Amino acid sequence: MRRIISVLLENEPGALSRVVGLFSQRNYNIETLTVAPTEDETLSRLTVTTTGSDKVIEQITKQLNKLIEVVKLVDLTEGSHIERELMLVKLKATGSQRAEIKRTVDIFRGQIVDVTSSVYTIQLAGDSEKLDGFIQAVGTAGVLEVVRSGVSGIARGEKILSI
Amino acid sequence: MELLSGADMLIRSLQDEGIEYIYGYPGGAALHIYDALFRQDKVKHILVRHEQAAVHMADGYARATGKPGTVLVTSGPGATNTITGIATAFMDSIPMVVLCGQVASTLIGEDAFQETDMIGVSRPVVKHNLSVRHPEEIPEVIRKAYYIAATGRPGPVVVDIPKDMTTPNERYEYSYPKKVKLRSYNPAVRGHAGQIKKAVDMLLAAKRPMIYAGGGVILGQASDQLIELTRMLGYPITNTLMGIGCYPATDKQHLGWLGMHGTYESNMAMHHSDLILCVGARFDDRVTNATEKFCPGARIVHIDIDPASISKTIEADVPIVGPVDAVLKEMIALVKESKEKPDAEALSAWWKQIEEWRAFHGMRYETSSDAIKPQEVIEALWRLTNGEAYVASDVGQHQMFAAQYYKFDKPNRWINSGGLGTMGFGLPAAMGVKLTHPDAEVLCVTGEGSIQMNIQELSTCKQYDLPVKIVNLNNQALGMVKQWQDMNYESRHSQSYMESLPDFIKLAEAYGHVGIRIEKREDLEPKLKEALAMKDKLVFLDIYVDRFEHVYPMQVARGSMKDMWLSKTERV
Repeated sequence: MRRIISVLLENEPGALSRVVGLFSQRNYNIETLTVAPTEDETLSRLTVTTTGSDKVIEQITKQLNKLIEVVKLVDLTEGSHIERELMLVKLKATGSQRAEIKRTVDIFRGQIVDVTSSVYTIQLAGDSEKLDGFIQAVGTAGVLEVVRSGVSGIARGEKILSI
Repeated sequence: MELLSGADMLIRSLQDEGIEYIYGYPGGAALHIYDALFRQDKVKHILVRHEQAAVHMADGYARATGKPGTVLVTSGPGATNTITGIATAFMDSIPMVVLCGQVASTLIGEDAFQETDMIGVSRPVVKHNLSVRHPEEIPEVIRKAYYIAATGRPGPVVVDIPKDMTTPNERYEYSYPKKVKLRSYNPAVRGHAGQIKKAVDMLLAAKRPMIYAGGGVILGQASDQLIELTRMLGYPITNTLMGIGCYPATDKQHLGWLGMHGTYESNMAMHHSDLILCVGARFDDRVTNATEKFCPGARIVHIDIDPASISKTIEADVPIVGPVDAVLKEMIALVKESKEKPDAEALSAWWKQIEEWRAFHGMRYETSSDAIKPQEVIEALWRLTNGEAYVASDVGQHQMFAAQYYKFDKPNRWINSGGLGTMGFGLPAAMGVKLTHPDAEVLCVTGEGSIQMNIQELSTCKQYDLPVKIVNLNNQALGMVKQWQDMNYESRHSQSYMESLPDFIKLAEAYGHVGIRIEKREDLEPKLKEALAMKDKLVFLDIYVDRFEHVYPMQVARGSMKDMWLSKTERV
């Protein structure tokens, strides 16, 4: 099952490599990984999406918690949550395609952020399925380049991950 | 406040931490530190002949004393040579701090001479590692390193020290922190009361209980509590290879150790139990055999300081995260005040069954040939040392024989590489023990394969006068490899035969020690006595043993705990 694990990490050199190393060392999957400092500059927030049985996920969270630099973590998929991923995509856009692409971008609530005579650069945010859906809708033939940020997530409601 | 250079701060921090010995080897990036070491006499340095041996020495010291060991090496090859030793300590949760020199911070990343990314190289085999980024941080980094190494589930900590952090003419204010606080590291100090209560209720209701104790009891210094609880309940107890000595082996409630080469009665009792109380062990694959066939009728209570050890391979019915001594104390109190008592009738039937199993095999071995049996060497050593020796072992058949036939009644006396299985561990580990226990009998049980992996340390033994007794069970082959080849590869002995062995007697003499060769059974006891009587000499006993002997019992691969070979021909 797909899980989103959100981690508060000491913002120190080498901390990220310990997290990444743990996944490869223990044969766990990383599907996406995002990391950036938080409003408290001593902490980074890291989000990792992974797949595995309940037993594997339990081990992943326990092993992550054992890392000295991991301050706190939560499996967001255990409760209701919001997940977002940002995608920038370059599409071939000439002639009649230009209007069609514009309509599709609007339907997906994306924005065209850069334009040339033959290329549109589109920005789109949403959960991973929505981004997949957009690529499917425009068709892979016209896609010149895709860059995705990986998933960030946060719990709904009053629940917060902080120290 | 005192002004000290980074190198002097480092050594002063070690003094303030109460470190007696460090084991190491100098080199370019560590020279400022070695100079600071020279200018004091509180912390004693032991110069080894290879950095790997320094780590095993520190490890032997830690296992025998319960205190963290300390290693000091230079950058590059000095640091990478410690990796096998660090991994050995990591797998067995041994507290240790490894101080590594590093090239100057201005050179890091430039492929400088003797530069290695030791933080990166060591990462998968350490509990934690720390890098010094400013000389002023040194006291705090050192305090943190020992705190992390020794608390919670112990383990090795590497400290990387770039050379410019220890420059002699740059001085800083020195003070050693009394306490260190890490917001992200808070090992459990007690178990969950509700879980402990539940565990005690299950324990008292069990019909066929089994206590399964591991190295965590020794590391957590909880032998006294384990003995008290076990005797109070009258239940059978087994322990892992790492747990040897946590409960007296000569006690009638003790069934020997369990797992791949465990006793018949331990493995049978585990398989047929209805409740397993696991104390500080981790259901290692060398214990469980095939996990899906593991102890089908047993409910499991698992006490461990490390939550990640619980339900990792075998699901626990009642997990208890906490220090074993504290949890066992609470269990003892609850058993005392409980109105429920162990079911005497069920227990007596259970013991009757266990005694039948015990009588069935009884750790017998074949003695009809003229060749000296490795088992009888160990039994003789046990008798002649009154079961009081510290035994450091290498890895292979001799390790299993030593663990099976030397009956340890006290913790911290069986010193072996259980998790990683590191050949070459035995001699340096024995040296680390002897250094701090000069009056105790310290044996290194080894084989002609293992001993040659760190034989150079005979020189260190001479320099520091470490009269350990090396018991080389010489079967002229890599015995355990050969046994597997006999059992699984139709006796095709691929690379398991040791040709051109050295003359170990001359070798021992060349290093300034005594060598004794034993080839006949009738010479065994007299010559062992002769060797043990030479209190102030290192004696290398080269004992020619049966070349064809196998270690039994041996669990059948991919079977359950009760599926075992009991000899070359009997399978149950």
